[in-house]
Amino acid sequence: MSLHEITLTVNSAVHRGLVPARLSLVDFLREGLLLTGTHAGCEHGVCGACSILLDGVPMRSCLLFAVQADGCAITTVEGLAPGPEGLSVLQDSFWETHALQCGFCTPGMLIAAQALLQSTLTPSDEEIREAIGGNLCRCTGYKQIVDAVKLAADRLRGSNRAEGGVQP
Amino acid sequence: MKAVDFDYARPASIGEACGLLAAGGDEAKIIAGGQTLVPLMAMRMARPALLVDINRIAELNGIESGSDYVTLRSCTRQAAALADETIRLRAPLLAKALRFVGHGQTRNRGTIGGSLANADPAAEIGLAALVLDARIEAHSATGRRQIPIAEFFIGPMMTALAPEECLTAIRLPLWQEPGRLGTGFQETSARRSDFALAAAAVQLILDTEGTCRRIALGVGGVGSVPLRIDAAMERLLGTRLDDDDIGDAARIVYRAIDPAPDLHASADYRRRLAASLVERALAEAKRDALARKA
Ligand code: FES
Ligand code: FES
Repeated sequence: MSLHEITLTVNSAVHRGLVPARLSLVDFLREGLLLTGTHAGCEHGVCGACSILLDGVPMRSCLLFAVQADGCAITTVEGLAPGPEGLSVLQDSFWETHALQCGFCTPGMLIAAQALLQSTLTPSDEEIREAIGGNLCRCTGYKQIVDAVKLAADRLRGSNRAEGGVQP
Repeated sequence: MKAVDFDYARPASIGEACGLLAAGGDEAKIIAGGQTLVPLMAMRMARPALLVDINRIAELNGIESGSDYVTLRSCTRQAAALADETIRLRAPLLAKALRFVGHGQTRNRGTIGGSLANADPAAEIGLAALVLDARIEAHSATGRRQIPIAEFFIGPMMTALAPEECLTAIRLPLWQEPGRLGTGFQETSARRSDFALAAAAVQLILDTEGTCRRIALGVGGVGSVPLRIDAAMERLLGTRLDDDDIGDAARIVYRAIDPAPDLHASADYRRRLAASLVERALAEAKRDALARKA
């Protein structure tokens, strides 16, 4: 077994670890760092439940080995909320529009939507569907998820006018 | 769904990577974006003893535009190529194909070279590369060579690359004949971003009269490798791509292919689909060319 020392930043905190090469990044996050918000669904790149931001870019953490993320900055769903108690505008919009039922897909959906809202606050329905196109949901039928992202974009545009800049 | 144990190395140069591959023999495997390889490893269909991670080799990243070629280094991310102005302007067929490759999240990690090296018969980048008559550049510890794309794909997930070779770049020759260039790429899949049930790609040049002076046409997902259909190209050369011409070409494609049935589509459905997609891709390419200034 080959062990590798890695250092990576997760939700702004620096972590060190000694990982076997075969350990996936999602397993490292969940079992090594106990950040169980990121879900492991299919574990072969199909469902999107494991989506994270790697250096700001959304991708599947089941298709990365933890050792490959050495030196990178990762954001998981835990990093979206302003604190342990509160919800981000995007998360609150999911709550508001009933964009989740069982919740299994939700962390991945939030990450995918977060990446979209970081690039535009005026996404079209088409762009929203494209952004979450790699994430499967077996419960909602997607409509409420699209509604949630639109609502979040509306709110963020509003707050940007009032306060000059709010995080999604 | 976990990969078997393996060793891992992260070389900093092409030379170092080739050295590791030469020492590792059949047991060593390159990992680039991992969007094809890691699922295979998770399902235990691939069990490399050593992964050679080429993601951080700077000389394997980037797009260059020369007078005769556009060159894409193998580790260029699919998302970067899709957003690239040079690709959009000088290799528009590839840009069109890239929109169909996986979805945003896999394109963010997946690479141009990785898609080619894995040679999925339904892969869009391979089809575009075939139609554009690309050259594949590969390095090994003993040197480098260029492989014409026509000799590159051997079968499903099989290429002319030797185990100790690293795909380092793909070169797309530019079409420089006078006239108006048009491209078309059409695909049908069960869900958007899913694997293609069939795909068709066309690039052509129309002269001022609208007569076709050069054309290349191929289909993907309907054989063990992407296929160029020469007889259909010959049928269209010198025509104005009227409905009759396009219909004939589609029938030639229909007869030329022999797709296999699978869970997602019967052989007959795939064959009819491919012929329809060829018609649509030809119409799209014609429209595209005619919309350009002569
Ligand atoms: S767990 Fe990663 S895509 Fe399903
Ligand atoms: S809420 Fe259950 S899978 Fe999406």
